[in-house]
Order: sequence, then structure tokens, then C-alpha cells
Amino acid sequence: MWKWLHPYAKADRAYQLCNTLLPYFAVITVVFMIIGWVWGLAYAPADYQQKDSYRIIFIHVPSAILSMGAYSSMAIAAVIALVWQLRNAELAVIAIAPVGACVTAIALITGAAWGKPMWGAWWVWDARLTSELILLFLYLGVLSLYHAFEDKKAAGRAASILAIVGVINLPIIHFSVEWWNTLHQGATITKFDTKAIDSSMFWPLMVNIVAFAGFVGMVTLMRLKNEILQREKHRPWVRQLLNRG
Amino acid sequence: MLRQHSYWQLFSAVCKKDLQLAFRQRAEIVNPILFFLIVITLFPLAIGPEPGLLSRMAPGIIWVAALLSTMLGLDKLFRDDYHDGSLEQLIASSYPLPLTVLGKVVAHWIITGLPLVLMTPLFALLLNLDNQALIATVLTLLLGTPLLSFIGAIGAGLTVGLQKGGILMSLLVLPLYIPVLIFATSAIDTSTMSLDYSGQLAILGAMLVIAIISAPIAISSALKVSVS
Repeated sequence: MWKWLHPYAKADRAYQLCNTLLPYFAVITVVFMIIGWVWGLAYAPADYQQKDSYRIIFIHVPSAILSMGAYSSMAIAAVIALVWQLRNAELAVIAIAPVGACVTAIALITGAAWGKPMWGAWWVWDARLTSELILLFLYLGVLSLYHAFEDKKAAGRAASILAIVGVINLPIIHFSVEWWNTLHQGATITKFDTKAIDSSMFWPLMVNIVAFAGFVGMVTLMRLKNEILQREKHRPWVRQLLNRG
Repeated sequence: MLRQHSYWQLFSAVCKKDLQLAFRQRAEIVNPILFFLIVITLFPLAIGPEPGLLSRMAPGIIWVAALLSTMLGLDKLFRDDYHDGSLEQLIASSYPLPLTVLGKVVAHWIITGLPLVLMTPLFALLLNLDNQALIATVLTLLLGTPLLSFIGAIGAGLTVGLQKGGILMSLLVLPLYIPVLIFATSAIDTSTMSLDYSGQLAILGAMLVIAIISAPIAISSALKVSVS
């Protein structure tokens, strides 16, 4: 793995890698998002209890999954940044953080919009809602810590440390909050055997999850490219690139 | 490099120095307690003085006040050492930094956490807590406040080099305090129903052990980032 990873420690190689990966992510995002949204919002059958309002699941669940996925990938990048001192991994931490914060906010807002007709309240102090809110606080903490530092090198390392501390705390927070109060409906997709969801709704949901994952990956890559260019703006290869374009 | 002192000597020297500084500047010890007392006074004024309501809300009030008052001392934990350069010397020395940091955090707990534990009977009186709940409150504070010091010191280490680190530090640290708050208040709640709350105490104790082992490492790497 080391042999494979090593060249990308150089900023220009990492930039090229971003450029080659970006079109794939863009295609996946566009194709899956169109299929998923049309299928989910128009063709999937209405729920017998929640009627059409359940359709927000096709945005709510993917964004909630990706909010946690983005945090774990941020933490993995943070570990790589601190252990192998790769500067590009620090940049990746910072590239992921705002995207993750946005996805978390989307999950919270769509959840509130879903909660109003179902539970009769925009917000209830339920375990999952609370831990999602705390996740948002952790993202915002990483972001504000990064922006508080003048020296961006130290900022990246400080943000990485905080991301790792957060990921150690996240399961503790999650289980403590779960134990504290639970109102949220049970997990939709983990129970394959008990069929918590019908396959006519399951497959559009899966397509939407892939679409959201592609979207998060795409935006992260675009942000990573910008971060690399900004950090390396005095290097000759960036000058060349900018003069050419 | 030559190491003339044992690890225990290092730990106790760092701890003793911080305690000595605090005892020479008594305000540092007294102010968090006064703050705690004033916050607790505000609650009956804000929500009404009915004894039943107060004793129902007392665990939450005491714990939120404890969280806030430990935040007060955290800002100063590394700041003075950072400004007079001794933090840099501690990092550069051949002794392990996590051990030094452990000494400082323990001193911080003795200065801000321990007085709260000792003053709890007074607060229990003010908030109409019965004896059972008082014992539970003392036990949770005894296990919980060192945990707050350890977690908070990570935030303090990350923000020590910043101009306006104080408010940022509370933003970073308070979300991480939530599990402590949940288990501590639930232990006190359980005790008011005369049920067994040793489970919650065991979890708090487990979290404290994990914090003692892993937090000094995180704090020292945070300090290295802040000083470099």
C-alpha cells in the first residue's frame, strides 16, 4: 500500500489524481441522482401509513448515512496526516469538513421536516436527533479551529487532532444518548431479514445513497483541488497550470 | 540525554508548582466556586422556588454549573506557561511530555474540581436534595470532574496559541462533555428513586480510566502543534 500511496504525497501528483477521479464521481452523481430522485419521488409506491410524506426518506437517510461516512473518512485522513505526516491528508481533512457539516445539516433539516407531520413537532429530544446535532457541533468545531489559526500548517494538524478525538468520542456520545432517550423509528436498512422496508422502496433508496456518496466525493475532490492550489500557489507547477488555463 | 529525576519526581514537581501558584493567587481557587454558587442561585430565581421542582432539577443544575465552572480554569491551564516560555522548555526536555501534562491536569482538578466535590453538601442544601441524592452527587462529581479536566485540557492545548482561544475552546470541548453529563445526571436521578446506580458509576469510572490513559497523549500532541 505504501508503494502505491507514496507518489501522492507530492502535491502535483495528488492534484492530478483528483483530476482523473473527478469525472467518474461526477458521472456517478448525475446518473444516480437523476434515477434515484425520479424513481423515489415519482414512481416508488406511497407508504400505507405515512402516505407521500415518507418520500423525504430518499434524501434524509442518504444524507444521514453520509454525515457519518464523511466524519469517518475525515478521521481516517486525520490519522494518515498525523502518523505519516502527509500534508495532502491534512488538506483532505479540511476539504471534507464543510461538506460533512452541510450533509449533517441537510439530514437535520429534512429530519425536522419529516418529524413535523409524523410526530407533530419540528424537534424532539430523541437520541438519534441529538447525536446528529452533536455530530454537527463536532464538524463546526473542526472548522472553526482550523480557521482560528493564522499558520495553516499548524491549523491542519490541530484540526486533525480534534477530528481524531471526536471520532473516539463519537461512539460514546452515540450510545450514551441512545440510552438516554429513544423515540426515532428503528433503522431502516440494517434489518435485511425482517424486511423493515419493501424492495420497491429499498432499491431507489440504495440508488440515492450511491448518488449522495458520489456527490460528497465529488465536492470533496473539488475542494481538495482548490486547497492544494492555494497551499502550493508559490510552486512553479501551479504557476504553469494557471498560465496554461 | 541525562535524566536526573525519576518520573514520579517530575510528575509531583509539575503538580506542586501549579498548586503553589494557585494557592498564592487565591482568587484562582475561589472564583470558580463563587461562579458555581452564583449559577446555582440563578436557577431558583429563574424557574421558581418550589422545593419539589428544585429537587427534581437539582442534578441537572449542579452538573451544568460544574461543566461551566471547570471551563473557567481551563483557559489558564497552559496559557501562562505558554507566554513565559516554560511550556516550550517542557516540550523540549528529555522527559516524556504526557507525564508532565498529567501532572498539570491533576493540579487543575485539585484546584477546580475537588473544591466543588467538597462544597456539594452546601449546594444540596440550597437545592433541596435529600441524603441519598447527595451521596450520588458527590460520587458522580468525584468521578466526573477529573474526566472534565482531562477532556477540557485537550481543547486548552489546541487553543493555547490562539489570541481568542477561550470561547473557541468551550465550543470544542462542551460537545465532548455530553456523555459525562448524561451518565452523571442519570446516576443521581436513579438514586432519588432509591435504585441501584452502580452501573452509571462504573461507566463514568471506565471513561475516566480511558481518559487518564489516552488524553495526556492527545494533549501533548496538541501542545506540540500549538507551540511549533
